[in-house]
Amino acid sequence: MSLEYTSAEMMTVTAARALQNGMACFVGIGLPSEAANLARLTHAPQVTLIYESGTLQTKPDVLPLSIGDGELCESALTTVSVPEMFRYWLQGGKVDVGFLGTAQIDRYCNLNTTLIGDYQSPKVRLPGGGGAPEIATNAGEVFITLKHSPRAFVKDVDFITTLGFGRDGKGRDNVPNIGRGPTRVITDLCVMKPDPDDHELTVVSLHPGVTREQVQEATGWEIRFAADLETTPEPSERELEVLRELKARTARAHAGK
Amino acid sequence: MAEFLSLHDAVARYVEDGATVAMEGFTHLIPFAAGHEVIRQGKRDLTLIRMTPDLVYDQMIGAGCVKKVIFSWGGNPGVGSLHRLRDAVEKGWPNKIEILEHSHAAMACAFEAGAAGLPLAVLRGYVGSELPNVNDQIKFIECPFTGERLAAVPSVRPDVSIVHAQKADRAGNVLVEGIVGVQKEAILAARKSIVTVEEIVEDLTEEPGYHPNACIIPGWAIDAIAVAEKGSLPSYAHGYYPRDNAFYKEWDGIARDREAFTKWIEENVMNAGEKA
Repeated sequence: MSLEYTSAEMMTVTAARALQNGMACFVGIGLPSEAANLARLTHAPQVTLIYESGTLQTKPDVLPLSIGDGELCESALTTVSVPEMFRYWLQGGKVDVGFLGTAQIDRYCNLNTTLIGDYQSPKVRLPGGGGAPEIATNAGEVFITLKHSPRAFVKDVDFITTLGFGRDGKGRDNVPNIGRGPTRVITDLCVMKPDPDDHELTVVSLHPGVTREQVQEATGWEIRFAADLETTPEPSERELEVLRELKARTARAHAGK
Repeated sequence: MAEFLSLHDAVARYVEDGATVAMEGFTHLIPFAAGHEVIRQGKRDLTLIRMTPDLVYDQMIGAGCVKKVIFSWGGNPGVGSLHRLRDAVEKGWPNKIEILEHSHAAMACAFEAGAAGLPLAVLRGYVGSELPNVNDQIKFIECPFTGERLAAVPSVRPDVSIVHAQKADRAGNVLVEGIVGVQKEAILAARKSIVTVEEIVEDLTEEPGYHPNACIIPGWAIDAIAVAEKGSLPSYAHGYYPRDNAFYKEWDGIARDREAFTKWIEENVMNAGEKA
């Protein structure tokens, strides 16, 4: 029996499945936070979620709107200062995986959240780096999730806010004390992984019903497909139920007074 | 020793035109009442430091108080852009502002280094990022022991830091609870400091729930304390009131339009007085 679900739900469920029970995950706000909490509420109850506001081992009942919502602190094991969070917990090597979103990503997984256009006279000014530049290099590995579109997936990002594998794919070579970097990118169409040799993003799995042409149309360069291209497993009934309840609770909580 | 002043007098005394000012609070306990007082007093040419400029700096930028912003994430959390910040950067309204941007890790370390009285902060940061190309305050140094290449940024040493906290006692000691961000570091790094509080109690150590490891800033490390009830709305105060997420969403519409913004400031800040 096939279940009804949206491409956004497919993306969140697939992103959630990337997290394993027992991992310590430094969570970005938005889609990563949605996926990480879905993982915690389904197959990975022992996942440790860490947000840059200092909340350590947090278990929010509703998704936070901001990275520092009170819910994160109230449901955390403890809350530390922001310098401690970045210095001891992240830079100290206690984080297995950083889970990030982005505005732009390129074929070498470099992330741009700074601006579109030229730095001195930007077409669009974006919020900036936040925690991402050091999450991406100090966490053991990095998962990235975002919606697939030609505006987001560009051959070369306008600005490297956060390192994937650099302009030539070799940005991590011979750098000491650096994490493995991006190991998978999850979108509403597919799952991609950097090629083990040259680090160029390669589609390894298409979501059910998605064609190669659709992925190519939504990508700003000629995207590679793995020789053993797979179909991403569908969401389960339980995953969809938990995700929908989480989103409904969140919508009610943020509707305001 | 902390002196109890009105918010008006604290800002008038310690925030001078042209000063470097850090108003901290990581999403939580953002000192909005103090920011509004700075706008009301028409302060100009400020260099504002804050990890996440948030709505408070958006308002101060739009009101023309600012010449430069040093930050690491300039958005409306969970909503989108800071439109006043963008308008100033992209179009120079109401005046052109200079920006200097960092990552969170670097700014957090820079506040800590400021509190520690050091000239610089060292971190394993900015590897492969192009931020060092556009920010000449990011340098790389070699560890004298291991030879590892590490990032260095100047410490944050504001002329004045302003934070909001839950309570102070009669001796001027301040309790900060919940997400503590870099508030303590900001106060200790600054030449002068103002703390606004929800309320004043007799003695913090006699309060129910007091804990020996509580985040306390001693009164002798603070210059001025001012009571500002609900002083961090639409941000929140852990244990007092929740974040007004609906207003954060509403701000997007107000801040997009120069006229709507100007009218909002006029009604809610300029004509509202200190009790707003």
